[in-house]
This record gives sequence, structure tokens and C-alpha cells, in this order.
Amino acid sequence: MDAIRVTGLVKRYGDVLAVDGLDAVVPAGSTVGLLGGNGAGKTTTIAMLLGLLIPTAGRIEVLGHDMARDRFAALARMNFSSPYIALPHRLSVEENFRVYGHLYNVPQIGRRIAELAAQLDLGDLLKRPAGDLSAGQKTRVALAKALLNKPDVLLLDEPTASLDPDTGDLVRTWMERYRAESGCTILLASHNMAEVERLCDMVLMMKRGRIVDRGSPAELLARYGRDDLEQVFLDIARDRKQGVEI
Amino acid sequence: MIGAVRRIWGMMYRHLALYRRSWPRLLELAYWPTLQMCIWGFTSTYIASRMAVGGQVAIGVLLGGVLLWEVALRSQMGVAISFLEEIWSRNLGHVFVSPLRPWELVAALIGMSFLRMAAGVLPAALLAWALYAFNIFAMGPVLVLLALNLMVMGWWVSLGVVSLILRHGAGAEALAWSVLFGLTPFAAVFYPVAVLPAGFQSVALALPAAHVFEGMRATLADGAMPWGHLAWACGLNVAWLVAASLLFARQFRVARERGALLSIGE
Repeated sequence: MDAIRVTGLVKRYGDVLAVDGLDAVVPAGSTVGLLGGNGAGKTTTIAMLLGLLIPTAGRIEVLGHDMARDRFAALARMNFSSPYIALPHRLSVEENFRVYGHLYNVPQIGRRIAELAAQLDLGDLLKRPAGDLSAGQKTRVALAKALLNKPDVLLLDEPTASLDPDTGDLVRTWMERYRAESGCTILLASHNMAEVERLCDMVLMMKRGRIVDRGSPAELLARYGRDDLEQVFLDIARDRKQGVEI
Repeated sequence: MIGAVRRIWGMMYRHLALYRRSWPRLLELAYWPTLQMCIWGFTSTYIASRMAVGGQVAIGVLLGGVLLWEVALRSQMGVAISFLEEIWSRNLGHVFVSPLRPWELVAALIGMSFLRMAAGVLPAALLAWALYAFNIFAMGPVLVLLALNLMVMGWWVSLGVVSLILRHGAGAEALAWSVLFGLTPFAAVFYPVAVLPAGFQSVALALPAAHVFEGMRATLADGAMPWGHLAWACGLNVAWLVAASLLFARQFRVARERGALLSIGE
């Protein structure tokens, strides 16, 4: 079964074509990386998948629900984390979790908060205002917020941005474990190629609103004759094939 | 239904937690109504002292007008400012990727508006009783109907303001404080509609507030509520509320088309 199915997705802002006829399928239980340079259309695509943005054309199905007609049924089983969208900064971390626990109808919120605090090492942060946290702490809190409702589909926008290497590795390890245990589908937008290579079963490479290549990290490395995904990313961003300008 | 109630409570809890941590916000709730009551209380006391007869009715008309107009003002600001809090904290992106329906957000904003209005107007009503011996609750059950109509008017005006903020971003936030003040001359808070020029009277009679205050003055002067005014106020509120709800639904959709829920700000 496919967790996400996107057909002919287009988003146009006046003369600007932000997403140009995107077709993609994300199998249930997989981790898929959405890669591309700035302005490639990743954020616009994620916003449409979340129902924040209405497509100009095309169809999105998440967990079998048509997002144009039945988005709330899908949203209850999804969640999202981005370091670029804040949580109310005067509320404590625990109060923020309680707010979102109610919004997602999470049973036994207190117990769920305690579980996540233990798993993501947030115990010391729960009583602190969200606005007083460091960038790395905010990122971990945002990730915990995204896991409150034990989502079946998790959309992560640069989930380890601002984290030091040690904490970043802990979060990645935890994400691997969470996916293995829960069977959750993860769509990951990241500029950290090592992270994508480690976590993703499949990668969608975007450029100018289109998917220009796709495959497993190993397939892409073989196709471009590269040793790491960063070189593949540069080849695509600079219109090179196997390191040669085309 | 339980899910909807929890989501509405979740949004109200978000604002209540904010007030618990911010004494300036709490102080602001009662500051203006109390200040208004002080100024108008002493003014009406002075006017009443210069009148040979009818001084108490004059005090009642002025202070009743101040208190009831504050009900409308605080209700309108309660919705609009609670919505602005989401923009200021850049939280709309998280809120609208949750299963929260737009109508549930509006219900939560209205719930907060009621609490904010009560926290602002009740201290002013107590002050009017303590300092000027004016007890607005002596009007009896009809007071509830008058106040309810003014609350509803505050809500539909604020739905219009929120719609403009969705369309024009936080640049339209000044309307949250100013738009209902702009309608004050037409609301006939302190004078009968009949004293307005003919053109202004038409505008005034299209507003529920003018009918509410005509009713309030009649009740204070004669002790009997003219139910025709109350019926007009109710009917107009229903019509305006439907229009404002349609505008909000339209602007919410436009905001989703433009991507404004992610980027709304300055």
C-alpha cells in the first residue's frame, strides 16, 4: 500500500511555476528523501502534502484520503516538524505538548509526554519556556511534538538542522528505531546528504519544481558514478552527468 | 464531537497558559474598561449634579452605554487579538497541519473572547457600583440579551478583521484595535439614533448596536424593554454573522491558495 500518492501536482504563483507536474509514490513504511537546492519546490510540495497549500492542479492522496476533500482524516494520522515554524515561545515545552496533544486527540497526554521526554532526553526542558531553548533543543522539542500522536506519516523538514554531531546522530538513531518499531512512513527534506544516505530507502531529486531523478541512494551513486550523495546532488544541481558539464 | 471539543479546548488552553505567564496581558484586559469607567463616571456625576431633574437616568444612560459598548469592544478584540497571538508566535503552520478545523479555531477564539470580555468588563461594572452607585445588573434578565447581542456583533466584526489579516497579513493588525471604535458614532451609544443626520441614521440602523442602545435607554428610562429593537438587533446579527462567516471561509481558502498560512507575518 502507498502512504502517499501524488499525481500531476502543479503549483503556480502568478508567473512562477513552483511545482511543475510532480508524480510520486511513497510506499508505506519507507523513508523517502526529498532533495533539491533552494527554490527547487521541496517546501511547496510539503506544504501541499500537509494541506496548508492548495495545488493549482493535480491530486494528492495520503493514507488513502484525498487531501482536497478529506484532509482532516489524513491530518489526524500525520505530523510535521520543521525548525522554521515556531511553537508559542512563552508557553513551557510541556504546555506546548499539551496543546498539541489536545489538537491531535492524544489519549493519556501526560503519559505520552513522559515517554517522549525519556526517549528524546527532554526531561529537563519540560518546564522551560519554548522560547528560552537553544536551537538544538528547539529542534528536539519540535521532533517530539511531531511524534505526540504516533503518526503513520511523518513529514520532516531538516530534522537535524542546528544539532551538534553527537545529538544529530542520537536523533537519527532514534528515528531509525522509531520507524522500525512503528512502521511509520517518513518523508524527509534535508540538505544533510550523509543523513539521507543513512536513513532513506529512496530519494526524490527535485529541480525547478520537477523530479529530475529518483532511486535508492545506492542506485543514484551507481548511476552517477559517485562515492557520496553530495556529489550526486552537485551533479544534478549543476546539470552535470558523472562530473562532466552537460 | 468529543474530538472537536478537545481541539477547541486545546486552543483555549494555549491562550490560558499564555495569560498565566504574562501579567502585562492580564493587566491590559481590565485596564481600558476601568479607565473608561473612571473618566465617564466622574463626567456623568458632574453632569448629573448640574441637572435639576433626571440626573440618575443620565448617569445610567452614560455608564450603561460605557459598560455595554465595552462588551462589544472587548468581544471583538478578544477574537482578533487571540488570532494575532498565533501570527506573532509564528504558530499558524503547526496549528493548521493538525486536524483542527477552521470553525473549531473560530469557536476557540470566541471562547477566549468571552473570558477576556468578562475579565475586562466585570471589574468596570463593580467600579461603577462602588464609586457611582450604578448597578447595571439592576436591569435584570434583559441585560443578558443586550450584552449577548453586543458580543455577537463583536464576533462578526472580528471575523471580518481576521479575514483582512488573512488577506493582507499582520500589516492589517491595527484594525484589531481600531475598527469597532470607528463604528462608535453610528452605534448610538450615548445618544438616540434620531440625533444623527439622515444618512448616518441609515448606517446606524443597519448595526445591531444602535438597536441595543435604543433598547437600553428605554429600559433605564421607562423600565420596559422595547422588544422590537431587540428583534432587530438579533436579526441583523444573524445576517452580519452569516456574511462575515462566508468572508472568513473565502479568505481562509485564498490564504491556502497563496501559501499565507506558512508565511503570514509583517
